[in-house]
Amino acid sequence: MDEIVKDFLIESNENLDRLDQELVKLESDPSSKELLASIFRTIHTIKGSCGFLGFARLEKLAHAGENLLSRLRDGKLILTAEITSGLLAMVDAVRKMLSAIQASGQDGDEDYASLIEHLSRLQLAQTQVPVPEVSAAVPATPPAATGKPATPLAPVNVASTVPPAPIPDDLLADPGRIGGLLLERGQVRPEDLVRALEQQEAGRRRIGEILVDQGAVRQEDVLAAQRTLESRNPEAAVETIRVGVTLLDRLMNLVGELVLARNQLLQFSNGSQDTAFQALSQRMNLIASELQEEVMRTRMQPIGNIWNKFPRTVRDLALSCGKEVRVEMEGKETDLDRTIIEAIKDPLTHLVRNSVDHGIESPEDRKKAGKDPTGRLVLRAFHEGGQVNIEISDDGAGLNLERIRRTAADRGVVPADQAARMQDRDIFNLIFLPGFSTAEKVSNVSGRGVGMDVVKTNVEKIGGTVDVHSTPGKGTTVKVKIPLTLAIIPALMVISGGERFAIPQVSLLELVRLEAGEAEKGIEMVHGAPVYRLRGRLLPLVYLNRELQIASPPGKPADGHAAINIVVVQADGREFGLVVDEITDTEEIVVKPLGKQLKGISAYSGATIMGDGRVALILDILGLAQRAQVIGEARESALKEKDKATQKEETATDRQTLLLVQCGEQGRMAIPLSLVSRLEEFSSAAIELAGAQEVMQYRGQIMPLIRLSRLWAGAAAEAVPVSTEQRMQVVVYSEGGHSVGLIVDRIVDIVDEKLVIQSPAQRRGVLGSSVIQRRVTDLLDVPSVVRHAIPNFGDAPAVN
Amino acid sequence: MASSQQFCTFFLDGHFFGTPVPQVQEVIQNQVMTRVPLAPNVVGGMINLRGQIVSAIDLRRRLGLQDRPDGQLPMNVVVRTSDGAVSLLVDEIGDVIEVDEDTLESPPETLRGFAREVLRGVYKLSGRLLLALDIDRVVDLGDFNKLKNNQKF
Repeated sequence: MDEIVKDFLIESNENLDRLDQELVKLESDPSSKELLASIFRTIHTIKGSCGFLGFARLEKLAHAGENLLSRLRDGKLILTAEITSGLLAMVDAVRKMLSAIQASGQDGDEDYASLIEHLSRLQLAQTQVPVPEVSAAVPATPPAATGKPATPLAPVNVASTVPPAPIPDDLLADPGRIGGLLLERGQVRPEDLVRALEQQEAGRRRIGEILVDQGAVRQEDVLAAQRTLESRNPEAAVETIRVGVTLLDRLMNLVGELVLARNQLLQFSNGSQDTAFQALSQRMNLIASELQEEVMRTRMQPIGNIWNKFPRTVRDLALSCGKEVRVEMEGKETDLDRTIIEAIKDPLTHLVRNSVDHGIESPEDRKKAGKDPTGRLVLRAFHEGGQVNIEISDDGAGLNLERIRRTAADRGVVPADQAARMQDRDIFNLIFLPGFSTAEKVSNVSGRGVGMDVVKTNVEKIGGTVDVHSTPGKGTTVKVKIPLTLAIIPALMVISGGERFAIPQVSLLELVRLEAGEAEKGIEMVHGAPVYRLRGRLLPLVYLNRELQIASPPGKPADGHAAINIVVVQADGREFGLVVDEITDTEEIVVKPLGKQLKGISAYSGATIMGDGRVALILDILGLAQRAQVIGEARESALKEKDKATQKEETATDRQTLLLVQCGEQGRMAIPLSLVSRLEEFSSAAIELAGAQEVMQYRGQIMPLIRLSRLWAGAAAEAVPVSTEQRMQVVVYSEGGHSVGLIVDRIVDIVDEKLVIQSPAQRRGVLGSSVIQRRVTDLLDVPSVVRHAIPNFGDAPAVN
Repeated sequence: MASSQQFCTFFLDGHFFGTPVPQVQEVIQNQVMTRVPLAPNVVGGMINLRGQIVSAIDLRRRLGLQDRPDGQLPMNVVVRTSDGAVSLLVDEIGDVIEVDEDTLESPPETLRGFAREVLRGVYKLSGRLLLALDIDRVVDLGDFNKLKNNQKF
């Protein structure tokens, strides 16, 4: 194929992608002249190139689109959803023709006659905009003959864009010239420009001068436009070149080789006494690392490249389900490796479609719920800790917890009693289980292509994780975490059966070593399945030797009599222990694909070459887990484990900060720190009496005091011994501008705990009891204690 | 006019095999091999071919011949396939010879098993027979895996 045709294809495909975005954008902002001008230019360029290259069919189609656009630009038409759809259909058709050209060198057999006709029909649709006087001389557009009248989206300000005479498109559309630029900026009226252009042809004056003389434009605008043009120096603009992806891949491979050679060199230099050689290899090391980083960067692409397709996807989808959705994007420029971009394209598209189809409600439902009828779909991407986070959130109805719970129980995914006990977060994550489709409502949109389980598998395949959070009525957020690159990964090297294997760091949790003596006791059997108690939880064990059917090297004592190395790994949210013969080191490895002959073995995800030049297999932890049936068979126990695991996790996420206090024989009590406004220490001499109530002056208010130790001692509280002066610890609680002081004997501690009420309340003012720091602690219900001690608390208007 | 073709030849358990020269990328000495547990037993392992990881197929096993005696190191015949390079483990390398396409005959009917599937034909040379391998079939282990699984279960 001609080089020139190739360039045309690449360029046009990029242009089409941009057209998609711009058309969708234009629909929400129909008055943007800049967008219209840019769209017009793009189509115009495609048309021009087609004519030049002899693709007549393509040219005809582009021409039809161009005509429609020019009427839009001239303000004779206003953009309607129908026109946008027509233009998008044209973009799709052009795209099809381009792929036909790519495949066969011809622009295909289809001539899209009906589409062209449709486009011309749209062109005839009568404008609904009042025609300004200026255009009275122009014959009015004949009324539309179309059956469907166009509905205006928004009034467009056309007063200045209706020209009295046809303007040569090339001149107007060219922002590379001063006239075009001024027009694009709306600083000159087209008719003035045309007049000036005519004058320019007669004499030899500059267009800017003519315009200024005519008073059609301000001089400073011309000067500003001139400066802009000068700054667009074409020489300076060429800062990028096109490089073939295969070349980059090859480069990446070579750098991978270099990294390996460097590793070998370093091993060699470590054993050498020659300091000059050592210094040299250190430098080599640095250069290689830097080179590796830079070459990796050449393969990086902003995630915006795939996101940019979403507004169009969302628009079409929303239109077909009668919804209104606005797409917002944050962090479009976040870079990702090319291979990862490819790998997450489909999962992300699925998630976006899901959000529009299932997440966001219809405009009526949204109005009923008191929400903006237009739904919001937010895409967010950012780097964090060497990983890329991608969030897809909608402000729709959220996941229906109860329905998922019920479905899970009905389908027997989870036993009913267990489903009832499961945490919300676990319930949400059930939707990722294979076969767990929300089949109650199958639409033509979802249920086609990949499901949520495939989303999860695909993301996990590249070492990522998916998590879903949802608030009923408020919306759903799906968080995807993925590694930056797949080509070079950190891995733990282990030896089993005399062979080396690499375990990718992403699936690694921790390492446990049981010395010879402990091993026998440490490993227990549950129905013949070995388990290890890891901090009170049962960790299923998988012996790598047995799983891979390799023999331990001779001379090694049988299992149970030697030290045991357990590599705790996780796959699919499940943890298990992989028992290996030896753990050697962590290393950066270059992932290489396996030959076709070995691809079917799920236990490996690839291979790598080690520093000594030998090949080592990379274990696929997920595949291994499935092989060993840690995931399949043990699902029930898995879910139980998960319950526990989540409890542990919850502690990390839903921790509550508690103030522990000691108050007399009532023992230890906990007060949520969020309810405490201050901790104070006073002298007991500060206590005064207002009636029977102990009070003190505090920050210009009279603050009632409650002695917690006496609260449950019955109504007949003794008189307060104020005679002896002592220090008092007071916990100040505020509510609606009123404060109350709780006197305690001692402030014990402030702890971060997950509050689990283990026994119900035994007395009033206590929410229940919990074990905190290994001691039974009552959780104080502060508001009820205050109401109980001071019934009229808060009734008086707040002072200040 | 009879066309002729150059063949790279090698020996396996006394048999004389060959494959057209253009399909052969290179012939190398025995390499350090990494075993691949769980792989079909015809896969001898993987070798590092200048940074490229190449699977090695043990031709003796692939053709249903006896295993190579202990201590005898195989040679690698690296062939080009549609799926990249694959190494074939052979006993010994022979000469590159020119063969006449006229002398090609289909494998004898009595030949059974894998060998028949992966043979393109037999060239009648003077004094001996050259068994021409169909490399694409040799490296395609699809059937082999299936068969193996069937035997197993």
